[in-house]
Amino acid sequence: MSKMHVKLTVNGKQVEGLAEPRTLLIHFLREDLKITGPHIGCETSHCGACTVDIDGKSVKSCTTFVAQVNGADITTVEGLTNDDGSLGVLQEMFREHHGLQCGFCTPGMITRAHRLLQENPNPTEEEIRFGMAGNLCRCTGYQNIVKAISASADMMNAQKEAAE
Amino acid sequence: MIPAGFEYHRPGDIASAIGILQEHGDEARVIAGGHSLIPMMKLRMTDMSHLVDLQAIEELKGIEIESDIVTLGAMVTQHELITHDGLASAIPLIREAALQIADPQVRYVGTVGGNVANGDPGNDMPGLMQCLNATFELSGPDGNRSVAAREFYEAAYFTAREEEEILTRISIPKPGAGIGQAYEKQKRKIGDYATAAAAVMVGNGTASVAMTNLADTPIWSEDASNALAGGDVEGCVAAMLDAIDPVADNRGPVEFKKHVAAVMLRRAIDRAQNRAG
Repeated sequence: MSKMHVKLTVNGKQVEGLAEPRTLLIHFLREDLKITGPHIGCETSHCGACTVDIDGKSVKSCTTFVAQVNGADITTVEGLTNDDGSLGVLQEMFREHHGLQCGFCTPGMITRAHRLLQENPNPTEEEIRFGMAGNLCRCTGYQNIVKAISASADMMNAQKEAAE
Repeated sequence: MIPAGFEYHRPGDIASAIGILQEHGDEARVIAGGHSLIPMMKLRMTDMSHLVDLQAIEELKGIEIESDIVTLGAMVTQHELITHDGLASAIPLIREAALQIADPQVRYVGTVGGNVANGDPGNDMPGLMQCLNATFELSGPDGNRSVAAREFYEAAYFTAREEEEILTRISIPKPGAGIGQAYEKQKRKIGDYATAAAAVMVGNGTASVAMTNLADTPIWSEDASNALAGGDVEGCVAAMLDAIDPVADNRGPVEFKKHVAAVMLRRAIDRAQNRAG
């Protein structure tokens, strides 16, 4: 099969490459672009470790062909740091509240939580659990992940208020 | 897991998409959100030489609420169904059911057209559309035609859609004022298909009842609907248990599935009746 020309915006940067249409987005990100934040977990669209943000939607990049997202704007966990390279709010709160143990699910968790808080800046605990239902963690029991997201919402809202 | 190779097409209108299907016959498949198809391709349980991506076709998008009918473009996602307030007030049953499908990531890309056209008995929208008495619009080489949701499903993955046809829109008559609606689904975990699910509309002396994943097609039962319309809940449940035909699998033995089916149906009826005017 002939390769196709792929053009994406990833974490604010224009990138280009050649890929077979059957190439999964997760493989293109990790192997061609060397963006290894998104992880390959279950590979069957259940675990959410490969979650990236595509044009404002949380998507499992193991179940997306790069051909389908040609031209799209993609954010991975690497794109959620502050401009100076320090940890962004969600990343800092996951650290602060111990929202991880082995850390394998964390990039997917944080990328999904980012979109959840964009859509719902004041989620209840139940809304966080429902909104994070597409991401599995085998270590934490989720309690500290929920706490970290809730604390992130509070901090983001405080920062927004301070800026106004 | 890497699927077999294919040539990728992204046509801009329905006619071009049908043209590609005609040119390549059963070597071509359409893809909507891809969250049923891509896992099958990765497992190499299906492959095709030509993949026809429908995402750029504007005619397949959009939710329209008219005075007595709602139409959904086939490429409308579950996420759009959930977030559309006009739809939620016109037919609340759709949001209630869509929230119980898969998980947030899958709902951002999974489409209503893919869900109804795939013919997977586990999908929730087919039973829902039978309950709502929806009509599916199909476009093919010989033009357009409509098929009632209640006539569409023949067996698991076999539907009235021909190989070279595309399901383009879904038309749903608005349930009148005073009609209570409810969707109840039992599943083992988030993202799972139903062990049993029930869609119920009741009110003004009418009723419609359909169930999911309890046979190789969704089951809409006229007898169960008529019984409920007459206020006979036990008759409705008995007629539905007679109509379904579950098989034993990793969601449980037949007796368990029938038990869960009755529980889901009674809960859905109860809630729909409480919501009726």
